[in-house]
Amino acid sequence: MKIEVTQKSRPVLSAEKMAEIQGVISQFPEGKSKSAVIRILHIVEEEAGGWLSPDTMDMVAEILNIQPIEVYEVATFYTMFNLNPVGKYIFEVCRTGPCMLVGSDNIIEYIENKLDVKVGGTTADGMFTLKTAECLGACGYGPMLQCGKHYHEHLTPAKVDELIDACRKGEIKANF
Amino acid sequence: MGRKLLLEHIDVPSIETFDVYRKNGGYRSVEKALKTMSPEEVVEEVKKANLKGRGGAGFPTGLKWSFLAKPEGVPRYLLCNADESEPGTFKDRYLMEKIPHLLIEGMIVSSYALGSNLSYIYIRGEYMWVLEILEKAIAEAYAKGFLGKNILGSGFDLDLRVAPGGGAYICGEETALIESLEGKRGNPRIKPPFPAVKGLWGCPTVVNNVESLATVVPIINDGAEEYTKLGTDASNGTKLISACGNVTRGGVYEIELGISVEEFIYGDEWCRGIANNKKIKALVPGGSSVPILPAHLITKTAAGENRLMSYESLADGGFASGSMLGSGGFIVFDEDQCIVRNTWNFARFYAHESCGQCSPCREGTGWMEKVLHRLENGKGNMRDIELLADINKKIEGNTICPLGDAAAWPVAAAIRHFREEFEWHVTHPEDAVKGNYGLLKGITV
Repeated sequence: MKIEVTQKSRPVLSAEKMAEIQGVISQFPEGKSKSAVIRILHIVEEEAGGWLSPDTMDMVAEILNIQPIEVYEVATFYTMFNLNPVGKYIFEVCRTGPCMLVGSDNIIEYIENKLDVKVGGTTADGMFTLKTAECLGACGYGPMLQCGKHYHEHLTPAKVDELIDACRKGEIKANF
Repeated sequence: MGRKLLLEHIDVPSIETFDVYRKNGGYRSVEKALKTMSPEEVVEEVKKANLKGRGGAGFPTGLKWSFLAKPEGVPRYLLCNADESEPGTFKDRYLMEKIPHLLIEGMIVSSYALGSNLSYIYIRGEYMWVLEILEKAIAEAYAKGFLGKNILGSGFDLDLRVAPGGGAYICGEETALIESLEGKRGNPRIKPPFPAVKGLWGCPTVVNNVESLATVVPIINDGAEEYTKLGTDASNGTKLISACGNVTRGGVYEIELGISVEEFIYGDEWCRGIANNKKIKALVPGGSSVPILPAHLITKTAAGENRLMSYESLADGGFASGSMLGSGGFIVFDEDQCIVRNTWNFARFYAHESCGQCSPCREGTGWMEKVLHRLENGKGNMRDIELLADINKKIEGNTICPLGDAAAWPVAAAIRHFREEFEWHVTHPEDAVKGNYGLLKGITV
């Protein structure tokens, strides 16, 4: 299923979110507000359903009074930003050496089979996007994945099942 | 039981809160430094402690501080590098998550020493929940008068802020970190000018690792003389080691530098041996960038001396038979692990993380990944092994930042110590796909 890219391509920010963004800008000296761009992208991405459309990035450029290209070049450099629509939940499984030593490949394969999705893809119902990530700094507690802000560590197939269930029941914060 | 300087109170309930941290001796170093010492005296003390930077490169922190330019009327900045991304390394996250005030305390004292009135903690974007912990702790420190204007009536002002990255290993390189903090792509800068002269927004800047800044606290509290009593002659104090891979008990441990590698791997207090009673095959002692050590060079050096957890002992033998303490990312491989596969995995990491600025790194890391991939999948030939060595030489030393070297070293070391295993992948392509080359003596398919 192709995800509809109509609404939310440019999020409407609440007064509260605008205040949060102003707060981020105020953390930098006068004239250095461009420094706030990465954190603001994190905030608006969350508001925009987990990804950044060109429209959303243009909005950030307007907020910071910089050229759109200055936002695009940042958004395309850092791997955390999604430049295409994503599922309600994103599973980012660490695939780097220390996690591989303790079985991350098996976990990735398990999730692929369980959700019938390949790495980089989104499930047909739009619920889950599966990605791999390079070292997430949880090497001693692998295999692991990140979902939203949270790390899920010491993964086993049973723990993956639990996590998927919790997502389906809406017990975990979704992208939209 | 070794002495702990950083993690001594880690198990005290609610140590992440200001009050509990303070009750356990927290913020004494701020009182001592701001009330009884000049900034120069603080720098001198850290220099005397011979604290080597804990991020990986091991450059002496006090010396780095002494390079900071101090032109009249120009602000100076202290940046904390919390972009921990080196595979195998997760110690800074642990410290910030569990005892955030220790880093804040270290940053106050260090900012005072350097004359920074606005300091930042640059933290990797994936650690967003840690960022929230830090901001909460910072708010407490403001409320208690340890941050803000005229701290403890000393006349010293400090604002401390946290800024997240967006997922990029390269931002752990200090000039890339500065670029990122300026809101740009994390492309490392050509040096000179060094950050000490021209860093954040063109101003003199010092970038230090989380653990280095936290270690300033015990150095100031107890004095450099006490501090240097711990550790070996060349490796003073304690070090956080993050143990992972095929050990029984992975995790973050604070060790006194100089304990034996054998004790660390097999001791009850630490890793408790290799998981599932297997044998050890290899060790990467300091994060994915440092050379891998084969079984016979782990607990003993080539000269037959006991290998110790110290900068000098782990480096004993140079790259021929030694490695580096690096970031303390301690990755253990059991007998079932495939060295070619792991080397390919690390090469893929560096290819993924190269910023793309310098051709030798941008192209070379990608080629290494491809060549290793075909070797691992039984499609390589003998010339590929020489080709890897050749690409290696063309990357090393030919790039703006050390990511190129970091990508080249593990490949070179793996071939140096495990050439037979690479050759076996060529001569036994079908077995290589199905199983692994076991310990040097036997093959397990």
